[in-house]
Amino acid sequence: MDENTIICRCSDVTLKEIRDLISQGYLTFDEIKRITRAGMGPCQGKTCGHLIMREIANATGQNIKDIKFQTNRPPVVGVKLGLIAEEGRNEE
Amino acid sequence: MKNRAEAVIIGGGISGCSIAYNLAKKGMKDIVVLEKNYICSGSTGRCGAGVRMQWGTEMNCKIAKKSIEFYENANEILQYERDVEFKQKGYLLVADTDHEVDQFKKNIEVQHSCGIPSTMLSLEEAREIVPYLNTDILKGAAFCGRDGFLNPFHTTDAFYRAAKRLGVEFYTFTEATGIRTEKGRVTGVETNKGYISTNIVVNAANAYGKSICDMVGLDVPIYSERHQILVTEPVEPMQDPMVMSFGLNFYIQQSPEGSFIMGRGDDKEPKDLRVTSSWQFLEEMAKTIDMVLPPVSKLRVIRQWAGLYNMTPDKQPIYDEAENAKGFYLALGFSGHGFMFGPITGIAMSEMILKEEPTIDVSMLNLNRFKTGKLLMEPSVV
Ligand SMILES: Cc1cc2nc3c(=O)[nH]c(=O)nc-3n(C[C@H](O)[C@H](O)[C@H](O)COP(=O)(O)OP(=O)(O)OC[C@H]3O[C@@H](n4cnc5c(N)ncnc54)[C@H](O)[C@@H]3O)c2cc1C
Ligand code: FES
Repeated sequence: MDENTIICRCSDVTLKEIRDLISQGYLTFDEIKRITRAGMGPCQGKTCGHLIMREIANATGQNIKDIKFQTNRPPVVGVKLGLIAEEGRNEE
Repeated sequence: MKNRAEAVIIGGGISGCSIAYNLAKKGMKDIVVLEKNYICSGSTGRCGAGVRMQWGTEMNCKIAKKSIEFYENANEILQYERDVEFKQKGYLLVADTDHEVDQFKKNIEVQHSCGIPSTMLSLEEAREIVPYLNTDILKGAAFCGRDGFLNPFHTTDAFYRAAKRLGVEFYTFTEATGIRTEKGRVTGVETNKGYISTNIVVNAANAYGKSICDMVGLDVPIYSERHQILVTEPVEPMQDPMVMSFGLNFYIQQSPEGSFIMGRGDDKEPKDLRVTSSWQFLEEMAKTIDMVLPPVSKLRVIRQWAGLYNMTPDKQPIYDEAENAKGFYLALGFSGHGFMFGPITGIAMSEMILKEEPTIDVSMLNLNRFKTGKLLMEPSVV
């Protein structure tokens, strides 16, 4: 793959940036995410997560299944704040 | 791993990295930082990263002002190849009671005596800065244009890399499990990967700091408390400053990539080491934003998370050396503002350890204050 390929489309991160960080010793998904914002975009890493984990696995000789992805957290992605507020007020 | 070090710092957050950098810059050799996870995995990597000079006690004003002056030049000082992304668009503090407006006025007197350029604003002036602010429910506002926020990952990374270049060794995924003392002096640190003998140990473990104090039999009145935060989808720039209210209990900023980041405090939050997220937070946060900044509530939430505040009885940090274990230093209890104090934490602790003349006299932030009751209550925290 060309190193200028955008791996994380939400946060505009290239394969080269990911590889550079891995070679500098940033070897977990969370560290790479925190420096580059890859995985922090609206899709929350659904698109780029696997690609980044594969890069880490290749570089470290680990099995991709052993690479830790970020914690899944509530809420269901994409709910508007106003709707949550309205629901809350209706309950009162 | 080394088996002997000049100093061992426990914790690889902003505090530990800043202390390590400052000690190394002053010429100390053989410094080790232990981090049980990866760098910036603790509260620093979960925080709002806001920095403000608008404080209520003289001590906090002085520390915050010096730290902000550092952050203004951090890329150059730390020779950072990325950018700490200091966005200095101000903090707009809003009050919904006359009582809080009076508190702002008192705070501003203290701030001005420290040379901080803050001002009271009328509600009209506040709306000029944030046009969609619902001032119907507000009584007054205060503003300081040099306050702002940074990228906490890059900021910590900048200290980490600068310290590494100066020879500091960072052992990640390495946990301190015990501390040995002899005749009231520290002699070494046990870790899950081996023993390091040293006469200087710095406790910069924040939320876990109390358990590290237990290792030398030191009882400190600190506790950890969960605080939650959320982020929305990114949108075009619409809000310059951080907007914050102590009475209404929230803070909200728009990050440079366009997403809004917001959080609130809650007395009923668990006082333990839980970092799970709750629906209740989401609902209370949404209701507040819907009321105070209506257009922002049109945005979709993309993630929520939680982190820990390490609290002291007067909501000010502890910078001190233990009396019962010489060589055991504490930089703890930041009560939700340890990110913005990071630069001074490093300077003050390195001066204390090397017995140098202090840049800012932080001796009032000693441990003894909890015994004598000479507390310095900070009135303005979320
Ligand atoms: C939601 C939220 C919002 C916040 N917003 C702001 C803000 O806007 N502005 C601000 O200034 N502050 C804010 N804070 C507070 C700020 O995050 C903290 O005060 C600051 O990050 C503390 O830094 P630290 O380096 O002392 O601690 P941490 O970053 O927590 O670092 C401590 C490290 O020690 C490690 N550790 C613990 N025990 C051990 C052990 N036994 N061995 C080895 N390593 C160990 C941990 O893994 C951790 O990485 C916020 C906090 C939260 C939770
Ligand atoms: S593609 Fe990376 S977060 Fe969406």
